[in-house]
Amino acid sequence: MSEIKAILSELRPEFNFDDSSNFIEDGYLDSFDIISLISTIEEKYGVVVDGLDIVPENFISYEAIENLIKKSGGNA
Amino acid sequence: MKTVFKGKRVSSVLGILPETVSHFDDEVDNYTFPPKQTMKLKRVMGYDTHRMSKEDSFTSDFCKFGVKYLLDHDIVQKEEVGAIIVVSLSPDYFLPHISNTVQGDLGFGPDVLCLDIAQGCCGYLIGLMQAFLLLDHMPDKKVLVCNADVLSKKVSKRDRNDYPLAGDGGSVSVVENDPDATDIHFIMHMNGEKRDVLRIPAGGFKMPNTPETGELKDVGDGNLRALDHMHMDGAEVFNFVQTEAPPCIEETLEFAGRDKDSIEYYLFHQPNKFMVQKLREKIGVPAEKVPDDLVVKYGNTSGATIPMTLTDHFAKEMVEDVHPCCLSAFGSGLAWGTMIIDLGKMDFCELLESDL
Repeated sequence: MSEIKAILSELRPEFNFDDSSNFIEDGYLDSFDIISLISTIEEKYGVVVDGLDIVPENFISYEAIENLIKKSGGNA
Repeated sequence: MKTVFKGKRVSSVLGILPETVSHFDDEVDNYTFPPKQTMKLKRVMGYDTHRMSKEDSFTSDFCKFGVKYLLDHDIVQKEEVGAIIVVSLSPDYFLPHISNTVQGDLGFGPDVLCLDIAQGCCGYLIGLMQAFLLLDHMPDKKVLVCNADVLSKKVSKRDRNDYPLAGDGGSVSVVENDPDATDIHFIMHMNGEKRDVLRIPAGGFKMPNTPETGELKDVGDGNLRALDHMHMDGAEVFNFVQTEAPPCIEETLEFAGRDKDSIEYYLFHQPNKFMVQKLREKIGVPAEKVPDDLVVKYGNTSGATIPMTLTDHFAKEMVEDVHPCCLSAFGSGLAWGTMIIDLGKMDFCELLESDL
């Protein structure tokens, strides 16, 4: 989980993601941030995220992102 | 639509680049987003350079440049041409038609049929489809399919969603009857309920251009855009492509009786590098069969992306031999389609830089 927090802080340093219960609804991540995030996840965890999994609900929280990494075959 | 075209071939393809190169690095400060955040998108989305038409270069200029080149170099003779098709979303005017402008300015006779088709991302497939249909009624003639767009003129320079992708360009393909040609399998789908995913709201009769429609406004996501400008809802388009394109490709391959491995080149419409890579991963074909760098080098040229990719990557191969190809496009409409076609033994296949 700490790795995901670090990735998000690097991506959008102006936000404290701990303050949000929904990163998408709160405007912390937009669709282009999601694309940057996927690229970082794929490199860091050596996984390929299925295109059909690139939907907002998989990026609303730390847990959702962690589950996506696990679903893609990585160890988050 | 699901059909087979018989006895047709693409005998020449010319891709046309504008002269002006715009660099993403120089545009970063135009956007309201932090430059560091914007630069992260450079590699993933394939933002690097894109080609823009000059202020006084328009769609008919690209079409005329291409057709004139083919005529001047004896690649096609004027008297062989039975029809000129122009596929574009960026007409010079409401009237006259672009195809008639090409006909009139280059001296084609009155027996040449002129036809404009307003299509975007799927424009190459639709243009070829129309040419194949016409050729059934003009057995001794050839059809010129011109794909050209100058949509960069309709994109806000303060819009980070749309401007880095924008690219202008064109192509002219010569299509003809050939009794020895292998069958061409084609499937095309449309979904008008999702038509607003790609749109230019103002400029038609329903919402004419006014000073108000030209005002740049923050649309709520940090991008500054006017109603006169084009916008693509990237997330919607991405999900649409990932959902609809793979089964369409699979269905067309099955329809053609071909397996994935038998296809040498997959030529996709290229909205951005990320989308093409994810589509390639989804259908499971090796990267060397799927060029994905058109946006990196030239930008998204709408309906001309497939012929420009063909001429950029496989010009030599297309003249030397025949190659089983899968052409697939998806976008405005929404529309999506796939064509399994053997391309090759062409008389001519090149990508040229124009002075437009």
